[in-house]
Amino acid sequence: MHEMSLAENMLQLIEDAAYQQGFTRVKTVWLEIGQLACVEQESLRFGFDVVTRGSIAEQARLEIIETAGQGRCGKCAQSFPLAALYESCPACGSYDVKVTGGDGMRVKELEVE
Amino acid sequence: MRFRSHEAKAETAVSTSRIVKLEQDILAKNNGYAEANRRYLSAYGIFALNLVSSPGSGKTTLLVKTILALNGTQPLAVIEGDQQTENDAARIRAAGAPALQINTGKGCHLDAQMVGQAMQQLGLQDDSLLLIENVGNLVCPASFDLGEAHKVVILSVTEGEDKPLKYPDMFSAADLMLLNKCDLLPHLEFDADLAIEYAHRINPRLQVIRISAISGEGMTEWLEWIREGCCNAAAAKPEASLG
Ligand SMILES: Nc1nc2c(ncn2[C@@H]2O[C@H](COP(=O)(O)OP(=O)(O)OP(=O)(O)O)[C@@H](O)[C@H]2O)c(=O)[nH]1
Ligand SMILES: [Mg+2]
Ligand SMILES: [Zn+2]
Repeated sequence: MHEMSLAENMLQLIEDAAYQQGFTRVKTVWLEIGQLACVEQESLRFGFDVVTRGSIAEQARLEIIETAGQGRCGKCAQSFPLAALYESCPACGSYDVKVTGGDGMRVKELEVE
Repeated sequence: MRFRSHEAKAETAVSTSRIVKLEQDILAKNNGYAEANRRYLSAYGIFALNLVSSPGSGKTTLLVKTILALNGTQPLAVIEGDQQTENDAARIRAAGAPALQINTGKGCHLDAQMVGQAMQQLGLQDDSLLLIENVGNLVCPASFDLGEAHKVVILSVTEGEDKPLKYPDMFSAADLMLLNKCDLLPHLEFDADLAIEYAHRINPRLQVIRISAISGEGMTEWLEWIREGCCNAAAAKPEASLG
């Protein structure tokens, strides 16, 4: 259950931003999660609810934006949407596929007051 | 199940709210600590490995055998991560190497900050080998960079051949796979070639060593791999850190 520590990291990012930008309450958090990121969304939501209790982000709405996985073939250099790490290149069948996108987790923006 | 009333929020939305752009990676904090660890390690020519696997694949046994085989020829230290107990650190100390146990409690992985603190407490030697045994878990440790040179994933032949397909993140993050408990192959249905093929589907650059901590098969190759890494780390050490 590393989603709990991911949620703690999220809260830290938010609290750092609150300190720098002087807001005292967070109403919405837009979180971008790549399709290939190693994270379980429901556990993350649960973790976020737990760790934000008593914080400036208590009761904040968590909006998750999923971004598609992207891969690039090491053999034929084709770029293509990659839904899972074990998929092969649709053009040449090679498994030599490098992930080029959709494997991250970013806090995009916040609605604050 | 929790319900949030979006409508109720919308009614009060006329207030002073504004949008703040962050665009920050959730793992940025951990990655920052990991980079600090990596800078420290390279400044002192230390070769660090992060050993990851499911519980019981033989990490500690392999470490003990590795320490005994190196027999004092290579200065080294071990960081042990487990949710509970000092047992694994005690096994390492009994083999003659300094070890520090981190208990993560409910935490299912080591993070870079914990490891940075442990590195300071251990007082690592120049040009040494640092072996980090992560918490037995094939999922979570994949996301947390510790500042190591390589992740080494251990898969034992008593697990399924399709583990690499089921837990692709870890096999994708690793640079070396130790296929452990190969002494048991004659007694099992396990298809080693198939397991390796699956691992290479996830990560074509993954190096593989078939090994047994019990019979010693593959140990020479593993020790050679370690020695080469240690030599390279020591050679790459900037002159400034000497003295
Ligand atoms: N037959 C055989 N057994 C092994 C081998 N390596 C480890 N074992 C056994 O596997 C069991 C687990 O080994 P450990 O070294 O404790 O495994 P671990 O990965 O450190 O376990 P955790 O730290 O609990 O995740 C022990 O009973 C070992 O004796 C091997 O190469 N062959
Ligand atoms: Mg162990
Ligand atoms: Zn291709």
